[in-house]
Amino acid sequence: MARLSESAVRQIKDICDRYKKEKTPLMMILSDIQNEYGYIPLEVQEVVSQRTGISVAEIYGVVTFYSFFSLEPKGKYVIGCCLGTACYVKGAQIVIDRFSEILGIAPGQTTKDGLFTLDALRCIGACGIAPAVSINGKVYPKVDVEEVEDIIESYKKEASA
Amino acid sequence: MALVNIKIEGVRHQVEEGLTILEAARKCGYEIPSLCDFNHGECNRGSCRVCLVEVKGARGLVASCVYPVSDGMEITISSPTATAARRMSVELLLSDHNQFCQQCDKNGKCELLHVANVTGARADVFGGVHSEVHLDRVAPSLVRDTSKCILCGRCIERCKNAHGLGILGYEGRGFETFVAPAGDRSFTDSPCIQCGQCVNVCPTGALMEHSEIDKVDKALAEGKVVIAQAAPAVRAAIGEEFGYKIGTPTTGKMIAAMRRLGFSRVYDVNFGADLTIMEEATELIGRLKNDGVLPMITSCSPGWVNYAEYNYGDLLDHLSSCKSPHQMQGAIIKSYWAKEHDVAPEDVFVVSVMPCTAKKFEKEREQLKVNGLPDVDAVITTRELARMIKRGGIIYNMLPDEEWDRDIMGQYTGAAVIFGVTGGVMEAALRTAYYKLSGKEAEPIEFTEVRGHDGGLREAEVDIEGTKVWVAIASGMKAAKVLLDEIREGKSKYQFIEIMGCPGGCINGGGQPYVREFFLPDEDDDILDTYKEKRAQALYSEDEKQTIRQSHNNPQILDLYEKFLGEPNGHKAHELLHTSYAARVGFNDIEEE
Repeated sequence: MARLSESAVRQIKDICDRYKKEKTPLMMILSDIQNEYGYIPLEVQEVVSQRTGISVAEIYGVVTFYSFFSLEPKGKYVIGCCLGTACYVKGAQIVIDRFSEILGIAPGQTTKDGLFTLDALRCIGACGIAPAVSINGKVYPKVDVEEVEDIIESYKKEASA
Repeated sequence: MALVNIKIEGVRHQVEEGLTILEAARKCGYEIPSLCDFNHGECNRGSCRVCLVEVKGARGLVASCVYPVSDGMEITISSPTATAARRMSVELLLSDHNQFCQQCDKNGKCELLHVANVTGARADVFGGVHSEVHLDRVAPSLVRDTSKCILCGRCIERCKNAHGLGILGYEGRGFETFVAPAGDRSFTDSPCIQCGQCVNVCPTGALMEHSEIDKVDKALAEGKVVIAQAAPAVRAAIGEEFGYKIGTPTTGKMIAAMRRLGFSRVYDVNFGADLTIMEEATELIGRLKNDGVLPMITSCSPGWVNYAEYNYGDLLDHLSSCKSPHQMQGAIIKSYWAKEHDVAPEDVFVVSVMPCTAKKFEKEREQLKVNGLPDVDAVITTRELARMIKRGGIIYNMLPDEEWDRDIMGQYTGAAVIFGVTGGVMEAALRTAYYKLSGKEAEPIEFTEVRGHDGGLREAEVDIEGTKVWVAIASGMKAAKVLLDEIREGKSKYQFIEIMGCPGGCINGGGQPYVREFFLPDEDDDILDTYKEKRAQALYSEDEKQTIRQSHNNPQILDLYEKFLGEPNGHKAHELLHTSYAARVGFNDIEEE
């Protein structure tokens, strides 16, 4: 494939081969690619298709069905705002709106500098500390709308350090 | 086969075990409204809920298309509960459906409208928003309009079953789900071969051929010399559009109708098919004798050529360099015919009537232009011709039987007629190759070992006076892939291969009349099992009726070579009748890095 480097193609093929023995390997392959590269563009899906025999359209369908998968590169920091029932009644919508306002992006989008992606999550199982926000695995409990700006600033500082 | 006892509407019946309620009911004299008319394993989801019935003891209503019968089952189809449920299922489908039915070319053949009529569903009882529309009007062959899509997934299954391709898939989630090639691309920007099999199974007008009737109208209005040419498979099926039983050839009426639509000449593409055989058989013999690239593969099917260019760019030398018959004939019309009739080639407008949607794409190919002029200017499908005939107020059944124009071209042989069915090009080429290699005609004329009417693979060893030739025939890309992978691995034992894009060949092309039981009620068997065979039979019987049955004995073809072309595969023939291929990238909008 001309459009990906040879080494990239090899890596993707290796990931596919991890699940050769599985009957339905697609979800596992895509999860690994998402985790390792942060996104699954069409040219990568073509390689997966050739290696597994699953059509590109079907792979594309799976990638666009699950919000965990992304067609675009995600930011360095992925901000996941839980909008599950408990978080929602505790004001999660106002929190995510504040993130959205400061970063200038809608949920699902990534800032132009590639620093932040804002995601709306369904219940992440942290109802006791609602409203919860998870950033690259770190969970912020009982987030108040006033804290949002400080949280963003702390990551900006970390990035420029 | 074990039988089970069931009751429908309180009446006892014995039916085969393993049938679904829908199938069993049909055998007992009930047509449960459903969207499965073209089912045959291509929709097993039971998700549309149109065919709901009551089964005693079952929890809620059941979808009869997927629910198997069992002993002692009591089924009610006509109860108020069941009829109301079916009506609401259709109303729910209609609630997110483009309802400008009078603007839709599928009108009259639409399964959704049919079940709406049968169930008494009313439009827009639910109101609410409609999902976002995704439209592809860019591809030369196909149009996709998701405002008419009911997400049944038949197109997805057909593409996989016929070709192993799976160009179409569901995208997105929930209310935003739609069917598209990956990334909502146009068919043109994906490795779609534009064969139109998806169009043949679409229950609504969501997938249609890209109509070129307007182009034909414009050429007629501008006073161009508009010449029509029709492919063999068209005559085997167009009668279905006018109430004839499947497999009734109505060639004479079709010709009469085309004259009445204003075409200056009505030629049979069979003349071009004979020409193709002259060139292709000569090419094959040349390759056999001079250690050329073998196996040679036919190149008549543009769907197949698309597939080869996308997936087997390394094997393009195996394709015959011959243009397809209608392109050859178009090139001859714009040169030989135009010269003989003293008409400037620019003033001639060639319309091909084809069983095919991929031909619409083919005619746009840069490789198929002679001095910048396309060989063919417009391609309309069998269905579009039928639409033009109906629009013209012509009562098809009352037309006299007329003959093709045969002034300086147009005569054809039986060999050409059978091009329209899988194995036909192979058989026609063998008849002529046999003669050219051995100096005498094959006896019997037919090579029945290569015949068939369905998708899949066939092979045969043909003995031409001591020269053994292994041949193979494939239709549908799933079958073709087997042969192509063998070639790629250097394991192919064949010298000559025929490949057709659509399963069964052109008789089952993507531009042929829709086959649905609800508007073909007079057929006495399961037409979905038999229509391909019947259409094929129509062509084989026309072959038998011809007095000349080998392309190399067509007097007008011989004339054409003598007066104009010179030798088969000669210089002029190459200029006008041969073409080239180029490997293509599937998703061509992704930039090189």
